[in-house]
Amino acid sequence: MLLNEFLFLGALLFCTGVYGVLARKNGVLVLMSVELILNAVNINLIAFGAFRDTIAGQVFALFVIAIAAAEVGVGLAIVLLIYRNRRSIDLTDVDLMKG
Amino acid sequence: MTAAASPGALPFHAPYIDYHALAPEIVLSTVVVVVLVLDLLVDETRKYLVTQLAGLGVVASAVPLLSLAARHGTHSWSMFGGAYVVDNFSLVLKALFIFTGYIVLLMSTNYIEEGDYYEGEFSFLVLSSLLGMVVMASARDLITIFVALELLSIPAYMLAGWRKRDLRSNEAALKYYLLGVLATAVMLYGMSLIFGFTGTTVLSQIGAQIAGSAGSHPIVTVGIFFIVVGFAFKVSAVPFHFWAPDVYEGAPTPVTAFLSVASKTGGFVALFQLIFVGFYGRYDVYGPLFWVLAALTMTVGNLVALRQTNIVRMLAYSSIGQAGYILVPFAVAGTNARAAHSSQTASIVYLLIYAAMNLGAFAIVIAVARRTRSGDIASYSGLFTYAPGLTVVMTIFLFSLAGVPPLGGWFAKFYVFRAVADAGTAWAWVLGVLVAVNSVIALFYYAGVARQMWMNPAPDGDRRPLRVPPPLAAALGLCALVVMAIGVYPQAFARMGDVASLLR
Repeated sequence: MLLNEFLFLGALLFCTGVYGVLARKNGVLVLMSVELILNAVNINLIAFGAFRDTIAGQVFALFVIAIAAAEVGVGLAIVLLIYRNRRSIDLTDVDLMKG
Repeated sequence: MTAAASPGALPFHAPYIDYHALAPEIVLSTVVVVVLVLDLLVDETRKYLVTQLAGLGVVASAVPLLSLAARHGTHSWSMFGGAYVVDNFSLVLKALFIFTGYIVLLMSTNYIEEGDYYEGEFSFLVLSSLLGMVVMASARDLITIFVALELLSIPAYMLAGWRKRDLRSNEAALKYYLLGVLATAVMLYGMSLIFGFTGTTVLSQIGAQIAGSAGSHPIVTVGIFFIVVGFAFKVSAVPFHFWAPDVYEGAPTPVTAFLSVASKTGGFVALFQLIFVGFYGRYDVYGPLFWVLAALTMTVGNLVALRQTNIVRMLAYSSIGQAGYILVPFAVAGTNARAAHSSQTASIVYLLIYAAMNLGAFAIVIAVARRTRSGDIASYSGLFTYAPGLTVVMTIFLFSLAGVPPLGGWFAKFYVFRAVADAGTAWAWVLGVLVAVNSVIALFYYAGVARQMWMNPAPDGDRRPLRVPPPLAAALGLCALVVMAIGVYPQAFARMGDVASLLR
């Protein structure tokens, strides 16, 4: 079956996501980049699960999806908190503490 | 429940569940729910009831641990096809987590009450995070480890931002959250590769599959690398440590104590299980990786701690340095069977002792900040003249962290050296020398705080005695008791480290 193609797509999404987390300055876009990485993981898990003929890959992917939703909920709440206090979600502004 | 009758469906087998072995988790989950509901029902003036109930619940969850330890000897319960194991290792570490959780609740009682923050939800989040840690100590499966990690992390993100209108607290929450989720995502990518190579998520089966020559496939190497890097963020190992000082400074101090001890220990426990059960056969991958992480972590942590002027930042860098010492045994674990055993003992004993002394130091920081309203090391000058008791106890914690002989921290370092000696390779000895050099560097900044407290005069000649509220005093007393007890009678803790071996 096609395994390498899926893994390649997963690797591509992973790299895009890591680049986005490191390069983006907007809080919400960074959250979206993290989601890209998690979806790369899901593609990997499901492709490997099908390749190995085991249900465990899909189960793992379901757990990742569910927990990622909870995680993003908290993340958006924190970004909202920052927006309320600062009127901006530019991450480069959030640097009161250094060193 | 019965299996669906459709032709392709697998028959359903009810999993084996031992309710006695799961009792600590069941008690904790019940308390979590009760605390959440009770918080809605009691009125604003009686919120302390919720905190008290949370504390009682944590103590109650330790009772089944004792009965399990008494019943069990060398027996262990393996549930859900080996995904959830209750053995000596998990009992010792669950006890450590529950101790830590209780101390943090004691420390935060007055802090949260006086700061006009939400009390009930605070206890709820601490307990949820604690539940995640207790589950982590038994998780022997990639999915369970992931779920436990998220259960212990997500409440911690919220706790870091507890002071909603304080910009520093916001910033701490944001930094902790972003780096935490990035680390989790990277770790998950590694897990997906390991799962792809082995076709299973259970660590013992993964271990059996990658131990042989087939396991030297590059995909396993990449998978282990990503997983270790993910957890290196969690335990704030250099070069993945930069979030830690900012988060520790910005978060409320009891939460900082919780993050620097409990959350970090959670990361180490996961690493233990992954390395010693799952990836033990691939020492060629994780050995050099941990060597670099350990060497960098202790050196950078201690050197940067030297020039800190804020006590919380100093303790943050000191805890980074301590994480480096705990990583040393991982770097030498795979050289031979003796080193494998003694390095496990070393890391577990270190975690137990580190928890008591670091929590104690943070309890003092909270007690002193009630008076001085400042985190500057300079504000500790003359502490002896108005709070002699606190000064003596803080000195004990500081010298224990530095590893001065009769105290617990010295004993922990001794075990690290023993693991290095058992490994006996040139690289291991280099690491041993680095530990020794770093211990000397660390003595400078710990002694610097001690000098401020003992030698310098109090600012403004203000010598009113410092009042410590009873819960905080109890937390301090417990921590001091443990640190002293280890110094006087170390065999008891060495025994805990010895019985908690994961290797069969």
